[in-house]
Amino acid sequence: MSVETVAGVSLDLNEEGFLTDPSQWNEDVAVALARREGIDPLSERHWEVIRFMRHEFETKGAGPSVRMLAKTSGVPIKELYELFPKGPAKLAAKIAGIPKPRGCI
Amino acid sequence: MSDSIKKVSIIISKGSLEGIYPGLIMANGARAEGIEANLFFTFFGLDAINAKRLDRIKVAAVGNPGMHMASLLGVLPGMSAIATHMMQKKMEAFDIPGIPEFMEMIADSGCGMYACKASADLFGFSKDDFIDQVQDIITVGEFYLKAAGGEIIFT
Repeated sequence: MSVETVAGVSLDLNEEGFLTDPSQWNEDVAVALARREGIDPLSERHWEVIRFMRHEFETKGAGPSVRMLAKTSGVPIKELYELFPKGPAKLAAKIAGIPKPRGCI
Repeated sequence: MSDSIKKVSIIISKGSLEGIYPGLIMANGARAEGIEANLFFTFFGLDAINAKRLDRIKVAAVGNPGMHMASLLGVLPGMSAIATHMMQKKMEAFDIPGIPEFMEMIADSGCGMYACKASADLFGFSKDDFIDQVQDIITVGEFYLKAAGGEIIFT
């Protein structure tokens, strides 16, 4: 656990860099978190996935794993990995300020 | 996290359902974590990438203590098919993809997929016998080159 100031906001982050309080998130925070992961700038397609992750978290209580993300968002797996090369569900969740998805598949 | 795993090369050597899935799940899971991954299919594991066989992979009903039934029953005709059917229904309920879809998914995630040359020669397979996702038939030496700098997992 650590506290860091990102995009002018004080964020509580866990050991892997995920927000522990999703309410601290805003779009400027997303841009800054993405930059830390080497994604700069965020394209409209990135935003689509990030907003989708947040929506899933807000409605279902958890973000989807990669297969479910592809199935439900309509963004194909191949493109998801192009957008987020270091793991689409994991990285999109991190940038969206929600907990890391826990699915194995 | 400097000691995190950066790369894995997973060998699949068995042709049963329970022999193939663990390696696929580990390869897919590695990619989902942003870990570079390769799959290397050898011996009966080649059935997992055989275009004519991958949708007919079965659970071993004989010599499998995990079946929790007398081995003698396992030899009855259709036992393996029944066990496979039960397992597949269960997997569907947990949203685990079938092997053909899983292979496509894993390839789309950027995982390398290779067939073992010695085994392909032994069984008389060429690249045409394998699914399109298989990038190449490679020797054990070439496998080690691809696996360099990462972990190797044998299943």
